[in-house]
Amino acid sequence: MKFTTLLTSAAMALGLASGAMAEDKTKVGFVYVGPVGDGGWTYEHDKGRQAVEKEFGDKVETVFVESVPEGPDAERVMTQMALEGADLIFTTSFGYMDPTINVAKKFPDVKFEHATGYKTADNVSVYSARFYEGRAVQGHIAGKMTKSNIIGYIGSYPIPEVIRGINSAYIHAKKVNPDVEFKIVWAYTWFDPAKEADAATVLIEQGADVILQHTDSTAPQAAAQEAGNVITFGQASDMSEYAPLPRVSSIIDNWAPYYIARTKAVMDGTWTSSNTWDGIGAGMVEIGEISDAVPADVKEEALALKAALADGSYHAFTGPLKKQDGSDWLAEGETADDGTLAGMNFYVEGLEGEIPQ
Amino acid sequence: MDLGEINPVLLVASLMVAATPLLLAAIGELVVEKAGVLNLGVEGMMIVGAISGFAISVETGSPWLGFVAAAIGGAVLSLLFVLLTQFALANQVASGLALTLFGLGFSALMGQSYVGIKPPSMGDIHIPLISDIPVVGPILFQHDPILYVGIAITAAVWAVLKFTRLGLILRAVGENHDAAHALGYKVIKIRILAIMFGGACAGLGGAYISLIRVPQWTEGMTAGVGWIALALVVFASWKPWRVLLGAYLFGGITVLQLNLQAAGVAIPVEYLAMSPYIITILVLVILSADKSSAPASLGRTFHASH
Repeated sequence: MKFTTLLTSAAMALGLASGAMAEDKTKVGFVYVGPVGDGGWTYEHDKGRQAVEKEFGDKVETVFVESVPEGPDAERVMTQMALEGADLIFTTSFGYMDPTINVAKKFPDVKFEHATGYKTADNVSVYSARFYEGRAVQGHIAGKMTKSNIIGYIGSYPIPEVIRGINSAYIHAKKVNPDVEFKIVWAYTWFDPAKEADAATVLIEQGADVILQHTDSTAPQAAAQEAGNVITFGQASDMSEYAPLPRVSSIIDNWAPYYIARTKAVMDGTWTSSNTWDGIGAGMVEIGEISDAVPADVKEEALALKAALADGSYHAFTGPLKKQDGSDWLAEGETADDGTLAGMNFYVEGLEGEIPQ
Repeated sequence: MDLGEINPVLLVASLMVAATPLLLAAIGELVVEKAGVLNLGVEGMMIVGAISGFAISVETGSPWLGFVAAAIGGAVLSLLFVLLTQFALANQVASGLALTLFGLGFSALMGQSYVGIKPPSMGDIHIPLISDIPVVGPILFQHDPILYVGIAITAAVWAVLKFTRLGLILRAVGENHDAAHALGYKVIKIRILAIMFGGACAGLGGAYISLIRVPQWTEGMTAGVGWIALALVVFASWKPWRVLLGAYLFGGITVLQLNLQAAGVAIPVEYLAMSPYIITILVLVILSADKSSAPASLGRTFHASH
């Protein structure tokens, strides 16, 4: 994929060069981990970028580079963007955390926004969405819908974000179905349709009739459709082209309001470093239409759970909960604090297997 | 951990599916390299094949036409490489890389209106009686037709290279293009045909991903298979059956490691994830102890005046 990066950064350099004359415009850059046409994670970020353009019209100019590998290449792309006069740069993948901090040090006047990370600086904000709230709703539906009691989960990388999602889905599936078992496969990629399809197929062959995914493409949906009698959920984007079956609901990331607000802050000169972590309540996480394949009573329960998460009357990690090794974590009625959630590196009791270190 | 949950029959059947794109791309590149040309643009030709095949099969409703279009698409893209390296005498490495870059970008452009569409299904061949044999049936006789096409192409390439005059000429051009030229063979013409054959095979491999293995269109969906195919040709010492072996090894271990993960085997996942690369390379390196070497003119530019 390195060569794609070469191509895209070359294209970006061209694009930036031609736009260099409009000095009064606020220039906003986006660094994407996948292609904008992935139908998932990057697709939604790009929708946010388009919303910024629509909101401010001639007053902004946006640039983006897609399929940037997490590593030294990312640093090069960000540096290039900053050199070409970007005022604000959104870096939209966990693996861009250290590159973002490094580049931000070199460009104190440029504002950076890193998605899903935890390192901040005077000119670096972090933002993320509480996807685990959405996963609680999915877990509930999954637990109710499974007939084989085996739920397959395609993980990308073993980072807190993904582990949090697995835990949240498992807790809520287990709550409605004590016999449920999770099979977890790590793909070690955010985006590789062939591998994601293979992973889904393997899980289905081993008895899973519900597939949850934390990778970005719609390939698992296609694999589930092929197999029949398997349900899936849209990840990051609605993926409604697979509704009503196999996709029965989805978690949608809605970045547009945040991107618009932060761009406005740069224009007004009111931008300050911040740490944003919003969920269903603030509208950063949306639950896609629950399809008719889900029985009405399950749908009602899921919507009630969603409402409770939204108004704050229920927290997705509420005790009593134990860790996988049997040690106590949360007492009866206690809820997890954000610090623990942000750095989550353990499974809750009942999940099998080890987290790759 | 419960290994009993892994069904060996399903495992073998799905490894053949996982291996086919790699096999198709690699066998095409083998012919190209046997003719003395190094085309690093396999990934680009694959992805163009993937979208050409996808678009045509969606528009016509026929997966067969899709695969024909994919082969044509890959071959047409390879003409760009022909133009650069055989007529403009450009450096082959650089031209191949350019071909990949162009292919990735061009396919993304062509595919914009095809995101999220489901292609028509090709269906598997179910020959009565023999496909119902336990174990052997599902492994050997219940696949989509293109999988057999891949194996047939491999056999054909082997037979042509080993037993025919055409194979001899192709190898002569690859080993020593000046000698072949002196004998009156049209070096450029033969190379052009080889490159186009490689492009067509890569196109088929790409379409196999977008029409059968995944099946849908997303940008960048070949995700590096073309590069693995290039490596595979070298490690297989330019021998068709070893390319098949390497592709099945790679595909097999890829599928096996996912199965082991799902069954909860206690081997660290990182080792499982890298195992397809390591084991395939190891096996092929051991096999290549017979000192087979690359075609002598590989990567060298030919011009009749030299």
